Amino acid sequence: MNHTASDRKDWPLFEIFIRPKNGLSHKHVGSLHAADAKMALGNARDVYTRRGEGVSIWAVPAAAIAASDPADKASLFEPADDKVYRHPTFYEIPADVKNI
Amino acid sequence: MTIDTQQALFGFALRLGDTSLVLGHRLSEWCGHAPELEEDIALTNIALDLVGHARLWLSLAGEAEGQGRDEDRLAYRRDVFDYRNHLLVEQPNRDFGHTIVRQFLHDAWAVELYERLATSPDAGVAGIAAKALKEVRYHVQHSAEWVIRLGDGTAVSHAKTQEALDRLWPYTGEMFEADAASSALAAAGIAPALADLRATWAARVADTVAEATLTRPADGWMHKGGLRGEHSEHLGYLLAEMQFLPRAYPDAVW
Repeated sequence: MNHTASDRKDWPLFEIFIRPKNGLSHKHVGSLHAADAKMALGNARDVYTRRGEGVSIWAVPAAAIAASDPADKASLFEPADDKVYRHPTFYEIPADVKNI
Repeated sequence: MTIDTQQALFGFALRLGDTSLVLGHRLSEWCGHAPELEEDIALTNIALDLVGHARLWLSLAGEAEGQGRDEDRLAYRRDVFDYRNHLLVEQPNRDFGHTIVRQFLHDAWAVELYERLATSPDAGVAGIAAKALKEVRYHVQHSAEWVIRLGDGTAVSHAKTQEALDRLWPYTGEMFEADAASSALAAAGIAPALADLRATWAARVADTVAEATLTRPADGWMHKGGLRGEHSEHLGYLLAEMQFLPRAYPDAVW
């Protein structure tokens, strides 16, 4: 490891995902700064799992996430709004079935 | 001097409780001042873990003593000469490097000790050690990584970390020093002989120090006295701050 003096000032941002329990998927909980991925996991443990929140942590460099542009919202999402046939709303759900 | 098992438990639990409490307080001094927000939270988390261990040990000490003293009474109503912590942990923070090196030298010892205490035939001792061990394993991972990061970092961080290691090294001998209490518990099979921890401690420290490109200081003269209540000047100031509230308002409750 060779670090330069500027490293500390520019710790990269990591996005932290925590799986609350087995069977559920990882959920974004926030972000933090760390010098590398290993430190990010340690920091995530201290910042986001103090009250027993999880069973697994993912730390992802924020720079590695490709995000959609809010300006593209209309073209990305609105076309789905008037296509009701894509939603399973025409079925009758039996009264005893709870989790649909 | 021979002492019975209850007296030995009192002395040993006091030593571990005081050492955890003083180190926890030292770390808490970083709250709001650490170099990074995330590290600030990490250090205060570890401080709280250590204060938690102190509570358990001091409660056990109070029970073993049988004089009706509880954890608060032991923590807040004793003066410097009644404290039995290792001199290492009362040394001031100075800078982040000193704090980390002090922490690592202690953590590497604590993890060896708690691993052995977790299988003690004394249920009280084993219970505390098993609980603390999970936290201490993280502590030593955290502090070792920082020693490596700082030692193998910039020229400045390397120099500061080496200076801290050189300055604090003479305080490490006391962690392996037997006293009447630890000897009696070792003889009774309740706790390991502290001298037996040295080899694995030294190996762990040597590995980390080497990876950090630091130079392990030679074993020379070692500070002693904490186990007899002969402390450095620093402990008095620490206790004055820590004990102010319960001494000023003796019956205050939350």
